[in-house]
Amino acid sequence: MATAVQTVERENYLNANYGIKSWLLTTDHKRIAILYLISITAMFWIGGFFAMLIRLELLTPAGDLVSSDTYNKLFTMHGIVMVFFFLIPSVPAVLGNFLIPLMVGAKDLAFPRVNLLSWYLYMIGGATALVAMISGGVDTGWTFYTPFSTTYSNTHVIGAAIGIFIAGFSSILTGLNFIITIHRMRAPGLTWRRLPLFCWSNYAAAIIMILGTPVVAVTLLLVALERAFHIGVFNPQLGGDPLLFQHLFWFYSHPAVYIMILPGMGVISEIIACFSRKRVFGYEFVALASIAIAVLGFLVWAHHMFVAGISVYAALVFSLLSYLVAIPSAVKIFNWTATLYKGSIQYNTPMLYAFGFMGLFTIGGLTGVFLASLGVDVHVTDTYFVVAHFHYVMVGGMVMAYMAGLHFWWPKMTGRMYPEAWAKLSALLVFVGFNTTFFPQFLLGYMGSPRRYHAYPPEFQVLNVLSTAGASILAVGYVLPMIYFLWSLRYGEPAGPNPWNAVGLEWMTPSPPPTFNFDETPVVTWEAYDYEHQPQEEVTVGH
Amino acid sequence: MAWQVDGLYFLLTAVSAFFTLLIFVLILVFAIKYRRSVHPHPVQIEGSLPLELTWTLIPLGICMIFFAWGSLIYFQEARAPKGAMEVYAVAKQWMWKFEYEGGQRDINQLHVPVDRDVKMIMSSQDAIHSFYVPAFRIKADVLPGRYTQTWFHPTKVGTYHLFCAEYCGTEHSGMIGDVIVMEPAAYQAWMSGGGNSGTLAQNGAQLFQQLGCATCHRFDTQGRGPNLAGIFSKPVSLDDGRTVVADENYIRESILNPGAKIVSGFKPIMPTFQGQVSEENLMALVAYIKSLSQPGQKASASSQTPAPEAPGVQ
Repeated sequence: MATAVQTVERENYLNANYGIKSWLLTTDHKRIAILYLISITAMFWIGGFFAMLIRLELLTPAGDLVSSDTYNKLFTMHGIVMVFFFLIPSVPAVLGNFLIPLMVGAKDLAFPRVNLLSWYLYMIGGATALVAMISGGVDTGWTFYTPFSTTYSNTHVIGAAIGIFIAGFSSILTGLNFIITIHRMRAPGLTWRRLPLFCWSNYAAAIIMILGTPVVAVTLLLVALERAFHIGVFNPQLGGDPLLFQHLFWFYSHPAVYIMILPGMGVISEIIACFSRKRVFGYEFVALASIAIAVLGFLVWAHHMFVAGISVYAALVFSLLSYLVAIPSAVKIFNWTATLYKGSIQYNTPMLYAFGFMGLFTIGGLTGVFLASLGVDVHVTDTYFVVAHFHYVMVGGMVMAYMAGLHFWWPKMTGRMYPEAWAKLSALLVFVGFNTTFFPQFLLGYMGSPRRYHAYPPEFQVLNVLSTAGASILAVGYVLPMIYFLWSLRYGEPAGPNPWNAVGLEWMTPSPPPTFNFDETPVVTWEAYDYEHQPQEEVTVGH
Repeated sequence: MAWQVDGLYFLLTAVSAFFTLLIFVLILVFAIKYRRSVHPHPVQIEGSLPLELTWTLIPLGICMIFFAWGSLIYFQEARAPKGAMEVYAVAKQWMWKFEYEGGQRDINQLHVPVDRDVKMIMSSQDAIHSFYVPAFRIKADVLPGRYTQTWFHPTKVGTYHLFCAEYCGTEHSGMIGDVIVMEPAAYQAWMSGGGNSGTLAQNGAQLFQQLGCATCHRFDTQGRGPNLAGIFSKPVSLDDGRTVVADENYIRESILNPGAKIVSGFKPIMPTFQGQVSEENLMALVAYIKSLSQPGQKASASSQTPAPEAPGVQ
């Protein structure tokens, strides 16, 4: 491309200044996004390493590779690292941070210093949790159920709880920054109805972050206090109520699933529109579905507790509300499918990941409907059915969306294209590996194999071996992008400002963008996904 | 009950498979039919309100069917039929202890006769555990500090897995056992084998004397505490105007935390027995007080009355 040479040499946020200090003290949302990218990638591999050991242990029915205490710590730390330090920050903190100011035509987020503070809080929280893990580990499960966590566990519960407590503030500050930026800093002409769906869904997730996160932070603080000073909050022997913990914990941790998935849904909307060259079908419904999910998501927490000893009437209400929250997700899937209709579809890697997302999230969502059904939930809750279900949502849904977004905006972030053929291979490996890993777990769950078991009855072995085999394919699928993304930083083809010929303010500035994003504030006169007026040209780079 | 769970499960699977296939096929068809090389000019479509309504309301309707059926099963699972035989369970790290009405005890093995309703009354000594028998499709968390219940009706002789399904520490995966469903005759033989010292309720009656309960809780109107004969599962009026049903949890609470609910007309003078009565002894006391409500005030652990018709398990 003719413009490419000039684009790379132009001053941008990456070459504006150099040195470690210019990164650690930056207030540029794009650099902070890169800091987050590096940190959460490290966390992903730590969590993935634990997952690998878990799958290896489960190859055989006997608990022979690691001791039961070690196994318990492995699944606990896998959960804590993946949920609190990878999934929750992933799309918002990396892609959201990078893209929201660009998408709304702003120079930066509303509070750039607060944004940097949120990264430091994340790092301090992450370091605290990692210290707790290295100095002996935690064995409570990522759910910290009481009174086990407050009284009976002999591991570093307080350290892990404090780590999550601190990281929670990082999440709150990011959410606050997004909400204010989207409200106050949209470019002239960028009305709410012209706002990209990625901004809508991050906005919805941000609402959950600022309303829900304080609850889990305080809850974990209470766990630490009961452990340290024996105040009676959760342990009945001290006058507490163990179910109170579950209510407080899930009040955040169920909506937290939507913190993870909503920004991912935003990514999918952008990509499907771009590679179908069409307006997103039913834009308003997709946007409102995000808000509906955020609101209803707060009213379904006790569906984690149908067998925990809650009243049958409470269970009835929570079951009904859980069905309702499934509807907006279904609406989104149908609208995305309809967007493909009469489009002009191109199969680039982001689109392949988006297809993968749609398929896997559909399965994840529908199996959630199984779990909302009281009679079925009683049998399959706390079994591998649940493990499979939430991995379909979080890995099949969320991580697929994150990978889709990373590939889609990688040229924007780095100014370089990734190698398309390798990327397609990795997308395929991830899809196949993922299904081979987690589909057998639905069957295991229905057969009655309980989760968090170090050793299991021999009749469950075949499916476990299949699952472990799938996990090794999945691992290759994740290692590949790690390699070719790094490779592309040096050898990738220069991308140009808009390699996908996509609509959106972020594509109207060079790649990588200059420090202040736009030379002059853009004025928006078009709708989101106005592909009708975008010249039709073949995507030529990256093949 | 199990066939109902399976029926709903397979209906859910069928409907899910239908929608999953629908989405997969549509994606595939659109992706191939409208690929860039054959369909270079997309047709812009805003959206369609009728379509939005269709794919909101149809799934909603289907969901309501699932909701109703799932809830019906749950309600049946929540209430044990009258006349069910009762087994008390104490869960602790990392074992299951069972006590039968006849006073027999079991560890990690639960013996039950075929074709009878069995009601489990369970409590934990430490962390939360969960009583899970996959073959019967039932699961109930076992909590410290209170009783939880579940019931089942085995229809086939055999040995079934019993799992702890709520993570409870180091040997969580070793907290497993067997539910052994026996022919009634074999069950009788098993019950009478092994010397035991009286039924659960008889043990409770002894404790009732030993702990001095009987001094105040007399079986006339002169006691300083309420007369406990016949109170079980009956409403009790409290001095703050509320009325509660005297179930297992109420009796348990009144022993451990007597000040929580004072019976109308009595003074809050009963001392707490927190820390003085083990879970097993608590269960014996509860069984005794329950037995006071049965005709003839006799614990009828070995009564051979056939169970009333109830929805069968499996």
